[in-house]
Amino acid sequence: MGKINWRRAAVALAIVPALGLAACSSEGGRAPAAGSDSNGGGEVASTERIKVALITHAAPGDTFWDIVRKGAEEAAAKDNIELQYLSDPDGGRQSQLVEQAVDQGVDGIALTLAKPDAMSGALQKAAAAGIPVVSLNAGENDFLDVGAFAHFGSDEELAGQAAGEKMEELGYSKPVCVIQEQGHVGLEARCAGVKEIVPDTEVLYVQGTDMTQVESTVTAKLQASRDVDVVIGLGAPFTMTILKAKETANSDAAVASFDMNQQLVDEIVAENIIFTVDQQPWLQGYLAVDSLWQNKRGGFTIGGGQATLTGPAIVDKEVAENIAEFAQEGIR
Amino acid sequence: MATTTTTAPAAGSKDERVAEKSLLAKLLGRPEIGALVGAIALFTFFAIVAPVFLAPSSMATVLYGASTIGIMAVGVSLLMIGGEFDLSTGVAVISSALSASLLSWYFGMNVWVGIIFALGVSLLIGFINGWILIRTQLPSFIVTLASFLMLTGLNLGLTRAIGGSVSSPSISQMDGFASAKAIFASSVTIGGIDVKVTVFIWLAMVVIASWVLMRTKIGNWIFAVGGDEKAARAVGVPVVRTKIGLFMAVGFCGWVLGMHNLFAFDTVQSGEGIGNEFLYIIAAVIGGCLLTGGYGSAIGGAIGAFIFGMANKGIVYAEWNPDWFKFFLGLMLLLATVVNIIVKKRAESSK
Repeated sequence: MGKINWRRAAVALAIVPALGLAACSSEGGRAPAAGSDSNGGGEVASTERIKVALITHAAPGDTFWDIVRKGAEEAAAKDNIELQYLSDPDGGRQSQLVEQAVDQGVDGIALTLAKPDAMSGALQKAAAAGIPVVSLNAGENDFLDVGAFAHFGSDEELAGQAAGEKMEELGYSKPVCVIQEQGHVGLEARCAGVKEIVPDTEVLYVQGTDMTQVESTVTAKLQASRDVDVVIGLGAPFTMTILKAKETANSDAAVASFDMNQQLVDEIVAENIIFTVDQQPWLQGYLAVDSLWQNKRGGFTIGGGQATLTGPAIVDKEVAENIAEFAQEGIR
Repeated sequence: MATTTTTAPAAGSKDERVAEKSLLAKLLGRPEIGALVGAIALFTFFAIVAPVFLAPSSMATVLYGASTIGIMAVGVSLLMIGGEFDLSTGVAVISSALSASLLSWYFGMNVWVGIIFALGVSLLIGFINGWILIRTQLPSFIVTLASFLMLTGLNLGLTRAIGGSVSSPSISQMDGFASAKAIFASSVTIGGIDVKVTVFIWLAMVVIASWVLMRTKIGNWIFAVGGDEKAARAVGVPVVRTKIGLFMAVGFCGWVLGMHNLFAFDTVQSGEGIGNEFLYIIAAVIGGCLLTGGYGSAIGGAIGAFIFGMANKGIVYAEWNPDWFKFFLGLMLLLATVVNIIVKKRAESSK
């Protein structure tokens, strides 16, 4: 195996495009011409151009944040805002991003407060510089303390309870809640919410950075506990993998989910997944950016000192059929 | 300058270097013996605390979990015997899967074109790692750390730029998907139990790697460059070709696993794979490979991966509190390496 001839590999690389001409796939590839302008089109606000920084704790490569970002971009396009998107999952480095935005003299900051204590120092600088701040996604209990004037997000525990109630209504009593990142406060809160309503809920930790390990661990769990009647995934890609694990384990447990993507919506329509709990991430991005524009426009604040809830919204078969086209567009 | 010194064998007695060793001494001299003992102990332990662990379907799941680590551990073990490290393996697996997926999706081509392209990408990543290492003489730790970071960025940046999202678009409806899935991500039914095809690929790769290592000239080269690079060069071992070849072998393993990821799950998330490089190294180290090179075996890496699979799944079958999983994993790594050292010293002193 150590004797791989790289020249041969290079030749193979050169031949590939030629092969490609004769090897077109008849379906399933990229759709030619992506269709309508995703930035909303329409008219742009006549207010002067301002600059807003959106700073999240997203780990690179999480589809959820794509949707948040699309919402923010659409609001920015409508409101004549130059949007700067930055993210870092590490609390300390996220706060440095906030400080950099302050140094750049942006006109508004929208940020997630996954680690509010880590942000407070940087946000004091923002306050001193007179930069308005809103928070989104995480931080519903802390946003006023750190100086944000509004918050847009879903309460994770409330979302968990909503899922629990829906499962109780459907007659499930032994759920397994699959957490893809051990020690993540929001994910733990979702499972805790489910457990409040359905006391027999069990938590299963899997390694979210490796789908093969997600599949084999869930398979193991379903083989070990045959009485499990529903498995809950806490993110769309993980739920899709749980579906495969269920097949492998030959289990007849139902599958439910949190969050959405296009494939998940298709599976709900096909009745392979019973429902998902959506926190409408597009709205979080859109409203956070738009509220900064409103604040600039007339000093408005939204929410009256309370967090503005963008969820939980239960999406079952009926709802899924109606929103399938938006999922395809990547905004649900 | 290399100088050769010869020591005369002790007069009268038979030369100890060609003396017949007892079977036990031979066994104790193998690099993977510590891991083997550990694997048997762990297997017995889980069989007692969680009877469901012994069910054939559970074994199939454990083996699947082990195979996805083990496929990479084959290449990583060889590389470590050759005295180098690769920290870019975890994300390189995803790079391979993404390049196959995005190429065939973007141009609407048969997925087999993407698969061949991905093989080229994987081998190229290995080649570049090895080539930079040779040209700069930097430690492989630094070189592959840099490629780890660059690949992480490329995975994310290119996926977003080409597919418009951070996960690759589903290619399950495209031509060639079914045949590729049959090869990389199907199941084989044995006695009513579905065993994933990765288990067989893994075992085949272990057999081939062991054969190369034990029975061919290339195997001798690998041990030689890992043991002492200067001495190896002095006796005419092609050090540059061996090292670059090893990195490319790791790339090949990454391609196999990447293709499995792609065809098992239809889409690939660009942020996946980070941190897995350590699991592959752990498997190789538990299996008796020395971090300094020149010592180890491919079977050892396989046993290391099997230990990881057993620990990972056994905790679930035993329905334990998983909060402690990482702690146990760390403890096992420590114990396995300590046992390795003790066994190795014993074996050497009894010669």
